[in-house]
Amino acid sequence: MQDAASHPTPHGQATAATEQASAAPFAMLAEFADVTSVVNAARKTREQGYVHFDVHSPLPIHGIDRAVGIRPTILPWLTLAGGLAGFFGGLFLVWWMNATMFSGVTTSLQGYPYLISGKPIFSLQANIPIIFETTILLAAFATVFGMFALNRLPMLYHPLFKSSRFSRVTSDRFFLVIEADDPKYDSRWTREFLEKLDPLSIEEVDD
Amino acid sequence: MATLNPGITIPRDTAAPGGREPDNSSDDPRGRAPLVLGDNDFSSVTDKVTAIALKPMNQTPKAWYVAFAISLAMLSLLGVTVAYLLTTGVGVWGNNNRVAWGFDIINFVFWVGIGHAGTLISAILFLFRQNWRTSINRFAEAMTIFAVTCAGIYPALHIGRVWLAYWMLPYFNQMGMWPQARSPLLWDVFAVTTYATVSALFWYVGMVPDLATFRDRAKNRIGKLIYGLAALGWNGSSRHWMRFERAYLLLAALATPLVLSVHSVVSFDFAISQLPGWHTTIFPPYFVAGAVFGGFAMVITLAIPARQFFGLKDMITIRHLENMAKIMLGTGLIVAFAYVSEFFVAWYSGHHFEQFVFANRVVGPYAWAFGVMFFCNVIAPQALWFKAMRTNIWVLLAVAMCVNVGMWFERFVIIVTSLHRDFLPANWTMYAPTWVDMGMLIGSFGLFFTMFLLFCRFLPMVAMAEVKTVMPQSHVEHHGDYAGDYHGDYGQTDDESANDKEDQP
Repeated sequence: MQDAASHPTPHGQATAATEQASAAPFAMLAEFADVTSVVNAARKTREQGYVHFDVHSPLPIHGIDRAVGIRPTILPWLTLAGGLAGFFGGLFLVWWMNATMFSGVTTSLQGYPYLISGKPIFSLQANIPIIFETTILLAAFATVFGMFALNRLPMLYHPLFKSSRFSRVTSDRFFLVIEADDPKYDSRWTREFLEKLDPLSIEEVDD
Repeated sequence: MATLNPGITIPRDTAAPGGREPDNSSDDPRGRAPLVLGDNDFSSVTDKVTAIALKPMNQTPKAWYVAFAISLAMLSLLGVTVAYLLTTGVGVWGNNNRVAWGFDIINFVFWVGIGHAGTLISAILFLFRQNWRTSINRFAEAMTIFAVTCAGIYPALHIGRVWLAYWMLPYFNQMGMWPQARSPLLWDVFAVTTYATVSALFWYVGMVPDLATFRDRAKNRIGKLIYGLAALGWNGSSRHWMRFERAYLLLAALATPLVLSVHSVVSFDFAISQLPGWHTTIFPPYFVAGAVFGGFAMVITLAIPARQFFGLKDMITIRHLENMAKIMLGTGLIVAFAYVSEFFVAWYSGHHFEQFVFANRVVGPYAWAFGVMFFCNVIAPQALWFKAMRTNIWVLLAVAMCVNVGMWFERFVIIVTSLHRDFLPANWTMYAPTWVDMGMLIGSFGLFFTMFLLFCRFLPMVAMAEVKTVMPQSHVEHHGDYAGDYHGDYGQTDDESANDKEDQP
């Protein structure tokens, strides 16, 4: 990238990427202008036998999981686990807080049973609201942080951001990205294959 | 204007002679008008939304500065009154021995209720596949969070010794004390904190892709850095999108029962007590409907000026406003039904004190408050039966303002009229707010509008990625035919049904 800075050209970074193509490429990017062409391109890429490739888009594309071949996520199970933890955790909390008085427990952990109007010390009904809220809270935490973890976010660095064209992926452009660690990847053949898909541009990005 | 056919984009100026806005509110299934009007594509949506937030400070609209100055002035009133209250004591409020819950709890219930519309739009309408929600959900969710923030101030101050507010939380302590988990007030602590947390998460998760757009569009270093950190390195990978959408669906499914539970729990604060006027089983559904009703009024109050000043009329169209008006009318009718059935039950119960409380509401010293409530919440919304009224933004704004006022007075009526005259006439008293009460009410609006204006100025006000999914360009064209109907609904094509059984590697 230093070359691009010292020799500015209209497509400085792209030129630099081409010049350094021999030095450990990360992936080849093909840029598309619309949903239809990128989905068709992804389908063809998959048919061609590529496995380590992805589509980057400014919006979720309906049906892209089939075109790219994305496996279902385990996220719902994480949500279920979070919800169960919240349910039983909340149940334990309210029971321990208000319905236990064990000898030998240190003061700061000792329960505190309130006797109010002769009502039972522990009844499930009266404790449901709190158990419900803890269930929702932990399930939501599991969903959000599980999603971020599965997506490996936050990600402070990604080679794709070296491409200046790629900045339009969050606005109106669609990118098919074939990664260099794909067994079928070859700088020349992959470029030729991508050219047949009629993209707006092709660019190889270094790792 | 006649029904618009899909596939026809209607440029605002030509399609709307005489400066009227294009009418895209027809529900004729043979030809619904597009949700996003005008000659927009993905880049113009990005441009319009990012331009609001990323323009340099000296290009900020003057109206924003004026509104911000007023909001800050109101917010400083909150600062002054809270400081005075903390240094003096809760005696500076108008609360008295009989009416122990005054403006503080009225404002708390009012603000929590406002928040409900945001969650309804972002979660419940999402589950019902109401794709028009995409243009308004972001700022409605923002409204939720800011409203809950405003609400949170009051119970914290109401406890009297605010520096001991953490005693409400279950934590290990040297006193050997725990909160009372069978008390509705503790349910409230759990419900409202969970609601605030989940709403904030939902809002932030939905915003990550749009923050990435801001990161890629920001001109200056600080903007790039802050938006870049907030965007977490989002790069639009289809695998990320797939998990993102799944997480969004799960959060919507979690937020839906949550939002219904929050105002139910708030209503338990009243309903679990033995007080005539409060001890009613109708309270949970009545409060939830009222919350959505009042919340939609606030969304409309914010949406109409926002679309005007920030140039978002192509995305927040008349159709969006009309749909919100319909929800307001529907929930308003539930509220009206609840009012009437409360009176019926009071009469039917044969309970002397119950009957007195309700008679006292209508003819007692606070009859004027009941009148304001009844006019604003029951009579004014009836205008929305007529399409001409629903699609007239001035009428809509007027009705929404009425409902904002009316829903505040509903809480006033419920709390003050039930408390000020109880079983013993010797205890009867009147309640009047002090200047501190008034200052804190005005101040909470200052806090709300300050946060909302900052949000409009610096964050993506419209969920760009979501709006793009309801545009015709977001669909794969099959054999040249477009399978959906421009509302983000997908027609199942042969190609897709064949693929459904495809195995995953």
